Amino acid sequence: MQNTQIPEYAIETKNLFVFYGSFAAVSEVNLKIEKQKVTAIIGPSGCGKSTLLRAFNRMNDFVPSSYVTGEVLMRGQNIYGSNIDPVEVRRNIGMVFQKPNPFPKSIYENIAWGARINGFKGNMDELVEQSLRGAALWEEVKDLLKKNAYELSGGQQQRLCIARTIAIQPDIILMDEPASALDPISTLRIEELMQELKKNYTIIIVTHNMQQAARVSDYTAMMMLEKDGSRSGTVIEFSETKKIFTNPKDKRTEDYVTGRFG
Amino acid sequence: MNPNHDHYPEGETLRQSLKKRYRSASLWQAIFFSALVIAMISLAALLYNVIDGAFGYVAFEYKNDPAEFTAKPLDDLNKQELLDILKANLSSGAYTKLDNEKLMKKRSKSVLYTLVLERLIQIDTKQNWSMTDSILHSSGIKTEVSEKYPKAKLEFRSWLTPVFLTTPMSSKAEFAGVRTAILGSLWMVGIAILFALPIGTGAAIYLQEYAIKNFLSRVIQTNINNLAGVPSIVYGMLGLAIFVRAFEPFTSGSMFGITDSNGRTILSAGLTMGVLVLPLIIINAQEAIKAVPDSLRQAAYGVGATRWQTIWHHVLPNALPGILTGSILAVSRAIGETAPLIVVGASTFISLDPDGPFSKFTALPIQIYQWTTRAQSEFHSIAASAIIVLLVLLLTLNATAVLIRNRVQRKY
Repeated sequence: MQNTQIPEYAIETKNLFVFYGSFAAVSEVNLKIEKQKVTAIIGPSGCGKSTLLRAFNRMNDFVPSSYVTGEVLMRGQNIYGSNIDPVEVRRNIGMVFQKPNPFPKSIYENIAWGARINGFKGNMDELVEQSLRGAALWEEVKDLLKKNAYELSGGQQQRLCIARTIAIQPDIILMDEPASALDPISTLRIEELMQELKKNYTIIIVTHNMQQAARVSDYTAMMMLEKDGSRSGTVIEFSETKKIFTNPKDKRTEDYVTGRFG
Repeated sequence: MNPNHDHYPEGETLRQSLKKRYRSASLWQAIFFSALVIAMISLAALLYNVIDGAFGYVAFEYKNDPAEFTAKPLDDLNKQELLDILKANLSSGAYTKLDNEKLMKKRSKSVLYTLVLERLIQIDTKQNWSMTDSILHSSGIKTEVSEKYPKAKLEFRSWLTPVFLTTPMSSKAEFAGVRTAILGSLWMVGIAILFALPIGTGAAIYLQEYAIKNFLSRVIQTNINNLAGVPSIVYGMLGLAIFVRAFEPFTSGSMFGITDSNGRTILSAGLTMGVLVLPLIIINAQEAIKAVPDSLRQAAYGVGATRWQTIWHHVLPNALPGILTGSILAVSRAIGETAPLIVVGASTFISLDPDGPFSKFTALPIQIYQWTTRAQSEFHSIAASAIIVLLVLLLTLNATAVLIRNRVQRKY
């Protein structure tokens, strides 16, 4: 049964351009990202995947001279609207980075800090446990909560970063190549975790690894540099992951996913 | 013959050319090594020179015979006996004055001993010798003394003693100490750091975390870097014009009801030093802040932190060791500076401890400078001792800086 109502999307972009100075790093992106699904953004290096991802939580604001045109709608509001506070945007859209970047503090404090600065009023111990359980890390660290997060392995650190993100209960979690610095086993654990997380969160993941995109995502956006030689990246195809990998519409997508890209 | 080596030398030619290459390599190595040797010799010469002056034979006479005051040899007297001698022989006015400065009974034996020597027996130093002379020509010195000064005593002395550290300035080298100078230096550096650390760190935070990189901020940055290299005498002129003259009501304390001083106070000197080390502190703090990885800032922003929360909770705590290291190095720069103090008007003879920011003051380098310009050679010996004190102070500070830096060098 097809739902005839207009689906409410987690994020909808309308004619989105991201500029660094006069250079459009990402141009003309129109995406509708489904709630509680995993959406992967794939594409060759330098095509603007990370830039696009960072446009979703206004992380690009910290790059001098960067600006955005078009709209990024979340809950029906443009997050680049003049009445929107970027801190509030980031508070609702968590982010996990390529290289695990826990705070050089205790494991407990890594999770508690974000909660505290956002005015969390509940039981902090419970929140820490819940978040660590949510990131499948609790069993490994429950006796080490006072230890510095830097003593964890890379994979554990990355799951701690995920725990830190879900502790502030965002709507959406952005992941920028979250497993690229990890070994295959740690990668597998992160991928399993994403399947758990999508029950409660909308996940957008940038990945270089097409197998990973195929394994974890429900939807895939294929990015590519524009053909006109402007070095500007855009989404050339966006649909269900199955279709992208088995029956792509665009020739370039087909070449890329089958490894004939060049 | 290797057929692939078309245009390259082989066999004997190759060996010849290798020999030539090794020759030029060892030549350069020898040049670098001699550079190192020259540097080490200069340092060793400096240290030797200082130490050479601070120890050695002294020939001195007692103006008044100790036998006039006591039957026992001076060195065998105990504290009570020394006290009795002072009480009996000093005028009551002089004794009361000393007692008022610090209770006589509470003074240590060595201090009383020095007082007996200084006030009653009175030493007349005839001649003193450097450490090298004292060791190499020991017998020659002894005969020379017995011929020239038959009444004189000869003693191998370390001019650097615990008493030297704790006695104030005196017009007699034998009884002079660096207490006032050390206290003056500490007060001055304390004020300098209280002034420069918050301002410098604040400026560094603004430049690194807030300022937009444009033409203006580049001009400011270049100026700060250049200010760090401005000769210190220029800062002295600045201090004289601004702190001593223009801000006199403030720096002399007349604003606060203190009437007995002019602008040439510890406060003026401290503020001048503060301005002098400000660029150093800013640059060091900037480097420390730059060394905090961006990933940490992004992590904080990613969980919804504001810029200030990110700076306060993550950037500053992680930059703190670097900022501290920089300030310690700035302190050691300030302690060693002489020129600005001369311009700002440090007193060269002062025997009262500084008791606040509005005191007149002297400082270690000033004291050293003043002593080395005196004609009598015993003053050169105490200057050498004061240099050792200054060097030890500086080395301790720098070692602390290195320790802090090493202890925290693990993260990220």
